[in-house]
Amino acid sequence: MDKSYYVKEDLKKFGDITEFQEKLGNKFFEYYGEVFEEGALTKREKALIALAVSHTVQCPYCIDAYTTESLENGASEEQMMEAVHVSAAIRGGSSLVHGVQMMNKVKDLSM
Amino acid sequence: MKTLNAETHELSRPDVQLDIINNHNEKIKSLSRFENKLADIGLFPLKPTGIEIFQMNVGYMCNMTCKHCHVDAGPDREEIMTKETFEHCLKALRESDIETVDLTGGAPEMNPHFRWFVEQASAMGKHIIVRSNLTILTTNKFSDLPEFFKKHDVEVTCSLPFYSKSRTDRQRGKGTYDKSVVALKRLNEIGYGKADTGLKLNLVYNPVGAFLPGDQEEIKQEFKKELKRSHDIEFNDLFTITNLPISRFLNFLLMSGNLEDYMEKLVGSFNPSAAMGVMCRNTISIGWDGILYDCDFNQMLEMETHQDSVQHIKDFDLGSLNNREIKVNQHCFGCTAGSGSSCGGATT
Repeated sequence: MDKSYYVKEDLKKFGDITEFQEKLGNKFFEYYGEVFEEGALTKREKALIALAVSHTVQCPYCIDAYTTESLENGASEEQMMEAVHVSAAIRGGSSLVHGVQMMNKVKDLSM
Repeated sequence: MKTLNAETHELSRPDVQLDIINNHNEKIKSLSRFENKLADIGLFPLKPTGIEIFQMNVGYMCNMTCKHCHVDAGPDREEIMTKETFEHCLKALRESDIETVDLTGGAPEMNPHFRWFVEQASAMGKHIIVRSNLTILTTNKFSDLPEFFKKHDVEVTCSLPFYSKSRTDRQRGKGTYDKSVVALKRLNEIGYGKADTGLKLNLVYNPVGAFLPGDQEEIKQEFKKELKRSHDIEFNDLFTITNLPISRFLNFLLMSGNLEDYMEKLVGSFNPSAAMGVMCRNTISIGWDGILYDCDFNQMLEMETHQDSVQHIKDFDLGSLNNREIKVNQHCFGCTAGSGSSCGGATT
């Protein structure tokens, strides 16, 4: 048995989470499926958003899944990397914007 | 790049290809059988719905050697349809009510009898589709073909796997994208792909790698937007075609370690609606030597039409062919995955 925490084959077993809690699992997958249907956003746009979020939450399963999904829905390499940069910008920005809190505290404490 | 055939590569042999997609390892062996999936939905044995498309592969010679080519076409291939076989095809067309003639290859334009045949079929009032690789239209010898196509109202369906240069050239060879743009602009100049001209210009999208095509309409809209923005190119329709696990694409799957996952994905994406609409139900494929097949993929695997039906164009009998059993194997999962795949794109 593979001892690593993330095993590629486990992605194919995602649906098996219903084994321990069928009702909630089924509700989740029904919702999940509907979220990714074409709506106000196209499937390609949703795949790119999911790709960016996958990098933010650093989920290897999600990165594999939504890289494939983005390719299948016609996204270019440039679009996919721009999506990852959006993730990085928000992550970096969320650290930096807290710098204002740090500055406020410094000013509160300083003479 | 040489063809697998020129390298006497083992994957140039249909029996080796069929063995790999059936028996390569335990995982491949464990996958559902295509005929069983058809049986589950009452479609086995698979029968035609009636032949509407007469698809002629007029030779495996091509000016290109694309990495995914299911024909293993290239400049070194010498298989080419003779005028005698073309005559048999014309006789069959004359004696049947099949309206659409679909010319493929290799590069069909490279057959020396190509123009003569188009003239003959056009005079019979047939609707002619030519599957062009586009780059051939930029060579001196063939640069007048767009006007020839226009004169005979030929529908031009051409390969462009992606709207970006890097991805297109990775599949079809360096410089392909730029030449394709030149050819598309030329076709646009004389009215192809333009509104109200009636001159149809379609693009064929193949995934550049081990993944399936997504939603055809969405990809078409993205191509339209990007090609218009970057090159002012217009086209009518776009057909998404799934890469089937044979020939050079099979070689890619093996070399990249993607065979098992790809086959599993094809099988797992089996769509009964797509199975209802597979192209072999309304198409007959004629090989360069006149042998009949259920589709161009079966042709490359040398799976000729069922022995109880006619098997050569000189014996053409529409009634017999419309009642034949269509031969299937594991590669057929490529036509039934997701939204389905055919020479005319998605089937659902």
